[in-house]
Amino acid sequence: MSETATTPSAPLLTAKDFATDQEVRWCPGCGDYSILAQVQKVMPSIGIPKENIVIISGIGCSSRFPYYMNTYGMHSIHGRATAVASGLKAARPELSVWIVTGDGDGLSIGGNHTIHLLRRNFDVNVLLFNNQIYGLTKGQYSPTSEENKITKSTPFGSIDHPFNPLALAMGADATFVARSMDRDPKHLQAMLTRSYQHKGSSFLEIYQNCNIFNDGAFEIFTEKSTKPEETLFLEQGKPLIFGATQNKGIKFDGMKPVVVELGNGVSADDLWIHDDRDFYKAQTLVRMFDDPAKSGDHFPRPFGVFYETDRPCYEDGMSMQIEEAIATKGKGNLDKLLRGKEVWEILG
Amino acid sequence: MERKEELLQDVVIKFAGDSGDGMQLTGQQFTNNTAMLGIDLATFPDFPAEIRAPIGTLPGVSGFQLHFSSDKVFTPGDIADVLVAMNAAALKVNLKAIKPGGKIIVNTEGFDAKNLRLANYPESVNPLEDGSLDSYELIRIDVTKLTREALKDFPELGNKERDRAKNMFVLGYIYWMYNRSLSNTIDFLQEKFGKKPSILDSNIKVLQAGYNYGDTTETFTTRYKVEKAKMVPGTYRSIMGNQALSLGLIAVGEKSGLEIFLGAYPITPASDILHELSKYKNFGIKTFQAEDEIAAIASAIGASYGGSLGVTATSGPGMALKTEAMGLAVMFEIPLLIINIQRGGPSTGLPTKTEQSDLMQAYYGRNGECPMPVLASSTPSDCFDAVYEAARISIQHMTPVVLLSDGYIANGAEPWKFPTQADLPPITVNFKKGLAEDEPKFQPYRRDEKLARSWAIPGTPGLEHRIGGLEKQDVTGNINYEPENHQHMVNIRQAKVDKIADHIPLQKIDSGPEKGKVLVIGWGSTYGAIKSAALQLQAEGHAVSHAHIRYLRPFPRNLGDMMKNFDHVLVPEINKGQLVKILRDQYLVDAKPYNKVMGVPITKGELVDVIKKML
Repeated sequence: MSETATTPSAPLLTAKDFATDQEVRWCPGCGDYSILAQVQKVMPSIGIPKENIVIISGIGCSSRFPYYMNTYGMHSIHGRATAVASGLKAARPELSVWIVTGDGDGLSIGGNHTIHLLRRNFDVNVLLFNNQIYGLTKGQYSPTSEENKITKSTPFGSIDHPFNPLALAMGADATFVARSMDRDPKHLQAMLTRSYQHKGSSFLEIYQNCNIFNDGAFEIFTEKSTKPEETLFLEQGKPLIFGATQNKGIKFDGMKPVVVELGNGVSADDLWIHDDRDFYKAQTLVRMFDDPAKSGDHFPRPFGVFYETDRPCYEDGMSMQIEEAIATKGKGNLDKLLRGKEVWEILG
Repeated sequence: MERKEELLQDVVIKFAGDSGDGMQLTGQQFTNNTAMLGIDLATFPDFPAEIRAPIGTLPGVSGFQLHFSSDKVFTPGDIADVLVAMNAAALKVNLKAIKPGGKIIVNTEGFDAKNLRLANYPESVNPLEDGSLDSYELIRIDVTKLTREALKDFPELGNKERDRAKNMFVLGYIYWMYNRSLSNTIDFLQEKFGKKPSILDSNIKVLQAGYNYGDTTETFTTRYKVEKAKMVPGTYRSIMGNQALSLGLIAVGEKSGLEIFLGAYPITPASDILHELSKYKNFGIKTFQAEDEIAAIASAIGASYGGSLGVTATSGPGMALKTEAMGLAVMFEIPLLIINIQRGGPSTGLPTKTEQSDLMQAYYGRNGECPMPVLASSTPSDCFDAVYEAARISIQHMTPVVLLSDGYIANGAEPWKFPTQADLPPITVNFKKGLAEDEPKFQPYRRDEKLARSWAIPGTPGLEHRIGGLEKQDVTGNINYEPENHQHMVNIRQAKVDKIADHIPLQKIDSGPEKGKVLVIGWGSTYGAIKSAALQLQAEGHAVSHAHIRYLRPFPRNLGDMMKNFDHVLVPEINKGQLVKILRDQYLVDAKPYNKVMGVPITKGELVDVIKKML
């Protein structure tokens, strides 16, 4: 649980209390609207006074987010929201700090800060809006765009291999790794709450549709007709089951996950039981759906909490060192410090 | 032979050897010993960028110069009276900087065939043998052999370990030469090696052996003594620039009540600020070694936003990387200190050598119209006062501030008549606590008479607001792209910085008359050289004055008028002429540059020559 205490006497807030008077300027139909609505809905339920919430963003469409949240907020510079948030959290551990970033902001120009934030495990929440495109600069491919993507900057197709954001987070030893999507409000709200509840850096990738420059990038996961076959919702302690009639599952063939049909001697008991505390299973889970077309097996895309673990937070270690130093040496005395160890007198 | 003691007024001594010979430590110890006697001094450590360049070679030479005097000292000295050369390379590198007739103390073992070859002496040429040093007083000591001999009762030490104590022999010898006590160095060794008895005992043994060697041999017929300097009465300590800067930041924290947060990435010659501040956790200082220079400043911005004083310390290449974030801090209008310990540039340049070539970068090196106050420290102890002032301006005027120091003062040492907590001026901080009566909704860019906005930190109910790098409407802080608004905001950000001139002291003449022939204007580490040159010329009866600028942006209000009182204005700088361009630009004054960019300080001697030509 986050350390931020609730104020019992504070009046109950609603989503409206978290909206600002600023005109929301995302394109009509943008997935960001839904994410904003879900964040505004979740905020009252986590019970933190809004003056103790800070939302920090970088640059990009998603990074306009703080302007629309009636909390403390900062629209910083491209890629650096994670670094700014690190300093704020170190200085003020009691604040609830949320970072809003995108696939370009958080994984390209700010990739370095993202991985270092995760390994240090500041108790902050990273919401990475992944739309697999640069929207604000009007349609260049991003570090999560699929290979061969035709964009303004890649008229002959992109030759970059894309990042897998969750695998990257696992590689940086993130202590909370999850995925959700703009078109599933209930799931997104649940994931936002789980992110908040996790003590440590929470990395939540949110699939977000850019209807102008990359429309339909996640359509197979969001459309009713394909969603059951193409998505897999992870639930703690439950077998990995999906399909229109919950008729399919994932099991292990040795170390390798395989898709199986339920029935004909295959039951839920044979399937992979999800355990978000299992590092090795999480490594497989974030990796195995990279490119279904290439792997031969066609896997559904998992959503939910892939991994969660407990590790001390940077800001707590920092505060602890200060407390220990004061306990052993006593509170610093400026006059003694300025005087130093060796002095001499010059007489008049 | 009769021994006599000679009283000297002024001595410049240079310790030079291989990077691994411990010359920095030897110099530091002799410096502390000198300072404790109340003798005025200044030091100049000069070492290679490589941790260990190949042993015995010219690039591997590490030097430490110390100037001490019974008179006031302002520079580490142009030229040495005494050179200690531990090997042939050390002699070769430093020979041009020894006074004719000066003493050269050599470790003869460092002049064997191999060392001579490594120092690029031609085949079969040995400067100790060929008469080329006849104009100096050459003192040969086989330091290596004598050190090994002194340690023959330490069978547990191999020759390699014994040789490591060579510098103690030299130090002991110099202590004898200048009639000093060994006690402070013995105390130092006890503190450093207390847990390793054989290392401790062997070092003390060699130190004493060096002292006794001076006493029992007849290499010198004279011992020297430098009397106490006539300094302002008070209690003094020795201080180095980066150390003074760190103490200054701690003092700011104590006096303002703000938490100090340093975000830094290691870079020469600024890293010592991170090292120093990270020791003082019991003062509540937070230090964060960030993943890069950008994260270092970005984290400091985050901390300042949260109500700490965010600080980042770097050198030129690092400040280049911070540029965009510096612009963000200008837009945010929050306190932030950017400390640049300048070094030789461009690019990686000369990491361990000094230069003043980042003034333009500090002044103008950002996108957009992006004004930011700039201050500079001028001596090691002045770093304390300069950073204190930089912080005061930053906090009271709600603006990021650049403080420029450089490698020369960062590593140099001098006596410091340190202040007490009570002596330091207060720094008041007023976080905004709630809405004003005429403020139904918080207006984050409403300004006070200094044009500073209020500091409203997260956690304050009712003041929730958003700030960002986008252009904003004045008062409300709402995003605004209107042409008139942008013009207004560009003007007001400039006006805010200009207005700081009302809150800083007027420029003083450091020495010399108010009206005269030549006004020498300097900034930063050229202080000592300009001061010494000006004092000499004044003593010779010339109407030469010296003014040294701490507040570089904005300038003190009277600077323009001050320059009008002189026939000529000379601006010496360790760059290609940066302050001089700004002075010419702002005051249309025919100021003349004097520039040298060799990675070394400007000397008093060359300045005297330049100024004389203008008289």
